[in-house]
Amino acid sequence: MITKSADKTPKIEVEVTHIQQVSDIIKRFTFTPVDGAPLPVFGGGAHIVVEMSDGDIIRRNPYSLVSKPGTTDNYQISVRRDDVGRGGSLYMHNTLKVGDHLLVSHPVNLFHIDRRARKHLLIAGGIGITPFLAMMAELEDEVANFELHLSARTDGAFLDELRGLYGSKGSFYRDDHNEVIPLNDLLTGQPLGTHLYVCGPNGMLEWVLRTAEDAGWPSQNVHYERFLAPATGLPYEVNLATSGITVRVGGHQSMLEAIEAAGVDAPYLCRGGACGQCETRVVSYDGELLHNDHFLTEEEHASGTKIMPCVSRFQGRELVLER
Amino acid sequence: MTTLDFFHDETFRDDFTYWNSPEAIRRFPFPFNEDKYMYSVNLEPHVAFKPGSVFEKSFDVDEHYVSEMRDRALVLQEDPLRCQSLPHMNMAGWDLLELIMTKKAAEYPQWFELHQDGDRWRWVNRPLDIDHTFTFLDNTTLPYGPMEYIMRQTQGDYAILDQRDNNLWMDAGMITTQADWSLDFDLGMNFMEWHGPVPLAHEMGIFDRALKFLLNVRQGQPARRLNWTMTVNPRLDTSPERYAKWGTDRMDVNADNVGQLMHLRVELQSFWRLPRSNALVFPIRCYLISLQDLATIPKWGRRFHRVIRDLPDELADYKGLTITRPYVIEYMSQFDDGAPTSPGIFADDE
Repeated sequence: MITKSADKTPKIEVEVTHIQQVSDIIKRFTFTPVDGAPLPVFGGGAHIVVEMSDGDIIRRNPYSLVSKPGTTDNYQISVRRDDVGRGGSLYMHNTLKVGDHLLVSHPVNLFHIDRRARKHLLIAGGIGITPFLAMMAELEDEVANFELHLSARTDGAFLDELRGLYGSKGSFYRDDHNEVIPLNDLLTGQPLGTHLYVCGPNGMLEWVLRTAEDAGWPSQNVHYERFLAPATGLPYEVNLATSGITVRVGGHQSMLEAIEAAGVDAPYLCRGGACGQCETRVVSYDGELLHNDHFLTEEEHASGTKIMPCVSRFQGRELVLER
Repeated sequence: MTTLDFFHDETFRDDFTYWNSPEAIRRFPFPFNEDKYMYSVNLEPHVAFKPGSVFEKSFDVDEHYVSEMRDRALVLQEDPLRCQSLPHMNMAGWDLLELIMTKKAAEYPQWFELHQDGDRWRWVNRPLDIDHTFTFLDNTTLPYGPMEYIMRQTQGDYAILDQRDNNLWMDAGMITTQADWSLDFDLGMNFMEWHGPVPLAHEMGIFDRALKFLLNVRQGQPARRLNWTMTVNPRLDTSPERYAKWGTDRMDVNADNVGQLMHLRVELQSFWRLPRSNALVFPIRCYLISLQDLATIPKWGRRFHRVIRDLPDELADYKGLTITRPYVIEYMSQFDDGAPTSPGIFADDE
């Protein structure tokens, strides 16, 4: 059952045609277009926004496409189950079945390959491997020079598959064996023209970005993808000045989701605090803006004039947005 | 219109035999939606609109197609630097080839066919008498690089912009029908750099807003806008590189010939996100119409007179009206009876 929503971006209706248990907490889903028409082409690093009708809540979560770029008869995503998150991954893991229909967005790429690079150094932590799966297929096709360093909790199906596909181009580090990526050596021993790509949990991302900066890497050669899951918190109300309505944001709901649920069309791309598309002007507030994004500068956060409703929250008496 | 007789045999140089049929005049993309003109970020979604208009298809093919491609080949023969692609833009070239071939085959099946068997593609272009089989993503199977190959078969200039560091970079393009700007000069520049010479608009914040919009153009949701300038003679190649050949044309304009010589030059610009490279492709499609043909549409005759008469001086210079403006105003005034004009760009009575 597909629920209509205020979101006006073009969507593609797909059927879940395959679900594969990749590890104890990761499932890979295959989506096939319902109308049989070819799906839009995507490049490595692209994501789609998957729209889930979970009871009376519409969830929209971004997931990296993990299938081979150029594939147009299906899309594949990998989802890690997050038992303490807001519920999107639990819905994907526990409720979604083969044969169900979903709406997905056209691909959006905020983490594409920089083809100026003479070498591509890919560093991933855990489920952060997902954008690299499609990227590596593309780099392999283009006979590009690349190497992958993946740190994961333990061994598993993903690692076996990657060893088989990329052999010596991949190095794997198991947390349960206390293996750590030799980051300093890696980042100080690369040929000129190398580009660095990082995706993983926040702590790891900060570690890699800081180490790269300390080692003198130019920021133009450093690419990263940081999708934040929207934070949870206390419920609150938002007054939308342009629309003339007041919206209640639930504890496990993002401000953007609440605005959409009220029938107000709001722009977005990444839904993870990174791209800037949903930036909204704060008209006035009495309380505290809980900024969680990585798009606005510290000064902008402190100014109290802008907010990214995809990940940020509010606590206090009144918040008025220009929306 | 399915036969190849549809396409004119005409020139855009020397004897200038270029002409517009009555149908081409009616579908001309007249760029003024009111009786005055100022810059604006006049962007709208590039969706099929108004059957028969230049907004109907993704990439409009009109009666000038075959002759325009011949003119492009002549320009390239004299000056190969009109087509350049930095090494990292090769994938964007393939993206563009795929986009144009799939759209044209779907929207103009009478003229174009694309047969895909895995990576083996057969492309049929009847107006240009091409039937070619090649391997997708394999440059060695095409006579030119992928961008140049498809651009030699596509009307309009195309700039391919790499997106990185929160900016757009002009790193590839095929530019042979330009309004006095140079790919060879702009190659490798970013959005703010190549727009440096435009008067007034920087101060108005136009480019900050436009860049923000363009960085967020999404795959499957192209956008478009119209831009305009004036050109003496129906000359496509008004490039800085060939200024010596056309710069003095304006001296030929006088009160008697202004209606035939002066042309309104309109660019239908569109913006497309390319899937594999994530580059932005920016087609700049040029349409030319003489003032005497323009005036056959009464609404356009009235409005164009008012727009040019009231244009700020800085804009008149930038729009190629230095010297010729008094002749244009005097000539157009005979078509302006002072009657009100209807809103929007399209001709009345339809």
